[in-house]
Amino acid sequence: MATERFDEFGGRHVPEPLEEPLEELAAGFEAAIESEEFWAEFEHLLEHYGGRPTPVFRADTLSERYDADIYLKHEDLLHGGAHKLNNTLGQGLLAKRAGKNRLIAETGAGQHGTATAMVGALLDLDTTVYMGRQDIQRQEMNVFRMRLLGAEVQAVTRGNEGLAEAVDAALEDLVANTEQTHYLVGSAVGPDPFPRMVREFQSVIGREAREQIQELHGDLPEACVACVGGGSNSLGLFTAFRDDDVAFYGAEPGGKGVDSGRHSAPLSASDEVEIFQGMRTKVIDEDTENHSVSAGLDYPSVGPEHAAMQASGRAEYHAVTDEEAMAAFRELSESEGIIPAFEPSHAIALALELAESGEHDSLLVNLCGRGDKDMRTAAEQFDLTPSS
Amino acid sequence: MSLDAAFDEPAFVPYLAVGDPGYDASLRYVEAVAEGGADVVELGLPFSEPIAEGSTIQSAIVRALEAGMTPDRYFEFVSELDVGVPLVCMTYYNLVYQYGDEAGPRPFVERAAEVGVDGFVIPDLPAEEAGPLRAACDAFGLDLVFIVAPTTEGERLDRMREFVSGYVYVQARLGTTGAREEVSEYTERSLARIADWDVPKAVGFGIKTGGHAERIVSAGADGVIVGSALVDIVADGHENGDPTGAVADRLEQKARELKQGALDGAPPRPGRR
Ligand SMILES: Cc1ncc(COP(=O)(O)O)c(C=O)c1O
Repeated sequence: MATERFDEFGGRHVPEPLEEPLEELAAGFEAAIESEEFWAEFEHLLEHYGGRPTPVFRADTLSERYDADIYLKHEDLLHGGAHKLNNTLGQGLLAKRAGKNRLIAETGAGQHGTATAMVGALLDLDTTVYMGRQDIQRQEMNVFRMRLLGAEVQAVTRGNEGLAEAVDAALEDLVANTEQTHYLVGSAVGPDPFPRMVREFQSVIGREAREQIQELHGDLPEACVACVGGGSNSLGLFTAFRDDDVAFYGAEPGGKGVDSGRHSAPLSASDEVEIFQGMRTKVIDEDTENHSVSAGLDYPSVGPEHAAMQASGRAEYHAVTDEEAMAAFRELSESEGIIPAFEPSHAIALALELAESGEHDSLLVNLCGRGDKDMRTAAEQFDLTPSS
Repeated sequence: MSLDAAFDEPAFVPYLAVGDPGYDASLRYVEAVAEGGADVVELGLPFSEPIAEGSTIQSAIVRALEAGMTPDRYFEFVSELDVGVPLVCMTYYNLVYQYGDEAGPRPFVERAAEVGVDGFVIPDLPAEEAGPLRAACDAFGLDLVFIVAPTTEGERLDRMREFVSGYVYVQARLGTTGAREEVSEYTERSLARIADWDVPKAVGFGIKTGGHAERIVSAGADGVIVGSALVDIVADGHENGDPTGAVADRLEQKARELKQGALDGAPPRPGRR
């Protein structure tokens, strides 16, 4: 089975003991997506367990304020509160088909870990989630959720104790336990077949949205906008519009600003191409400290398909700072009564900027998660605790 | 120096992480295992995400990185070494690919050849992606060793056979490195699959004693690769604050035991393979 590449990006850079399991996984994935039975089960769960389809909503107040039609794909309404479940259901079913009895996953903010733990409980698969010790402290509520769902949360204590280290720990677990274990990768990153597999399972977002927006707006949007951590919710939205005359914008976490040396924006702020966690792709440069206000976006690298789309000019990537994202978080909450997660707040900020500059008259934004998990930071930032 | 000539008699191939726990001690340790009978030395160039290693070697890599090891320091180290046996650089492809001004593996290989490296083992470089590195190795006369796992079959095995030179590294058990009491039953099966390859076969992962080495050579291997069992000695010495000389002596002794085991495993008839 040939490894799929995205121009010069991607590939399968793994130790030899992982080659065979990944080849098997690729074969299993290719067979599954040709199987009506697989799709019937997947779609059934997406609808009845996950709550699909999620609606597209026209943000009237913002549309008026910025003089453009601004639409939100309400992915925050998916079970679990983020787009993550699309992927975990798809991969969970694949793992079942392959006869695996154990799931492992990495998580940063805990959203993907929670979505994996849900599917582990649903499909009766033992689940272990690797999470950096720093993130465990920052995202306590999701740790509680995962434990309640029956997953084991393993603290990762090496390096920066963050998402990248959690991926390393999960890869090592996989090397040691390939026979019974499926590594449920949480974004469109890592060695082949993960990037194309995660894209496939997330692309239901764009398939729905493409129909919904034509109904609401009478036409395709001029632009699609999504935040890019590893790149799964963005690919999920973009893929269905790939052959349309629709511009793609990725909002990367600009942290304290790309000149501050503290961000996680490899596409918009780095020229470095490396071999990182099994793939050839862009990474932040050596002197940059990996940082974002959003725990789901602070990954120092990005999925290879995005690196390829940037190189070919199919998509544009812009860094959105913590501050700009927080302002958009507040603006959407106040204007539309929707509290977004910090991750899609980056996409909202970029969309508003594009609308304001008159670049595009109609924009479709992936609102890929809800903000409950971020309320503690928001409360501190905006002084929301009642004065005594 | 030619790698395959090092396997004329059953070979002992130690692995150490360069710079563990510090530059000077590490120099002494490499000399000690060479003195103890190494036929080839695998010198690990520490990389921050060593996903193919077990916890023992990962810790060694962390110690070396914390002590300041970098590719350039590594090259300095190798050029300073004078041990009289071939040297193989074991590292991850990112470091090879990133080095120098020009994209691709050529600058790294050129520099490695300059300082006296004789070959490479790159665990995360699939044979499918190995074309550029193979070409660079050919340009500078270096060997490229591949790791054959118990699960390596079909097209991947064929491609490795096409690209391999020096020796083939046969991984004796699934999973990451680690010194264990039991020598895996995979050894014979793994060797059988590559029996007709015309490079020496060195078996690694999990060898801890002279007895293991003997069993593996008598199962048909041309040599044994030993990492964790040696790194354990370095780690213990470091933790206990033992003098470098004492640790070096222990390494040399262990090396002798392993080399002797390999020799004892040789079939009684003369000649090789
Ligand atoms: C709500 C939300 N959005 C976005 C992301 C970033 O991931 P990706 O770029 O793969 O969509 C995360 C990751 O945890 C998330 O929780």
